[in-house]
Amino acid sequence: MKNGYLFAAYAVTWIIHIAYLGTIVTRYSRLKQEIGALKKTGVRS
Amino acid sequence: MKKLFPIFGALTAILLVYALCMALVPGRMSIFGIPLGEGAPTEQTMGDVQRIFYYHVPSAWTAFLLFFINFGASIYYLATRKSAADIVALVCAEVGVVFCTVVLITGPIWARPVWGIWWTWDMRLTSTLVLWLIYVSYLFLRRFSAGGQTPLLAAALAVLGALCVPFVYFSIWFFRTQHPQPVMGGGGSIDPRMMHALLINWLAFSCFAFLVCWSRYRLEKLQRDVDEAHALESLLDPRGSTR
Repeated sequence: MKNGYLFAAYAVTWIIHIAYLGTIVTRYSRLKQEIGALKKTGVRS
Repeated sequence: MKKLFPIFGALTAILLVYALCMALVPGRMSIFGIPLGEGAPTEQTMGDVQRIFYYHVPSAWTAFLLFFINFGASIYYLATRKSAADIVALVCAEVGVVFCTVVLITGPIWARPVWGIWWTWDMRLTSTLVLWLIYVSYLFLRRFSAGGQTPLLAAALAVLGALCVPFVYFSIWFFRTQHPQPVMGGGGSIDPRMMHALLINWLAFSCFAFLVCWSRYRLEKLQRDVDEAHALESLLDPRGSTR
């Protein structure tokens, strides 16, 4: 059972880090779409 | 600089795996006959659950380091009003909050089997929670305040928040708390193999934090460029703009 706590702590650590990295990737892909739309309107060359 | 990112990323991934092995595998390790050092031994009183320490403490040190950089960048921003300093401050606060969240979650997971309780309102735990709340409020301020003074207000809040960091660190020196005494400079001793595993994990987490900050910095810079382009678009064609 004590090893369960150890596993939980390590798993939670990586779940938090991966979730945060996920938000960065999501924000980046949304920005890429915005940049694509801006390029179409010709504001950003 | 961009080309270095995948190389540094790969090296950090290797270091994180090595640090994980050092934390979890007791005894000598080798790969293809090449010795890789000795992993942390099992602690006699707590057993394997003590190994949470190799993630909990380096995460705390990394969070403190990031809050310290946030403090420096905020002071620099207040003095020079340079946008890059503001971005560094924001990025370090955000990644620091992530690491501080890890600390606040792994701590109770360790405390439950060792103390028999998840949480106690002692000075170290409470001050860490207050520190986390200060930086979460900093991020809320950045996220939901739309005024031009936001970076200035956030920098002022960051300076106040940074004052809390030494208080959190030294709280176990000045107050009688349930939290274990410091592993460095507190008069206690630690097995050198445990110290090695601890420092390797801190190095690995620091490299990982640097990589995440780097990515987040580039994202924030890009976001500001896009916002500027949107503002320009609105100026050029106010009726056709969607924002």
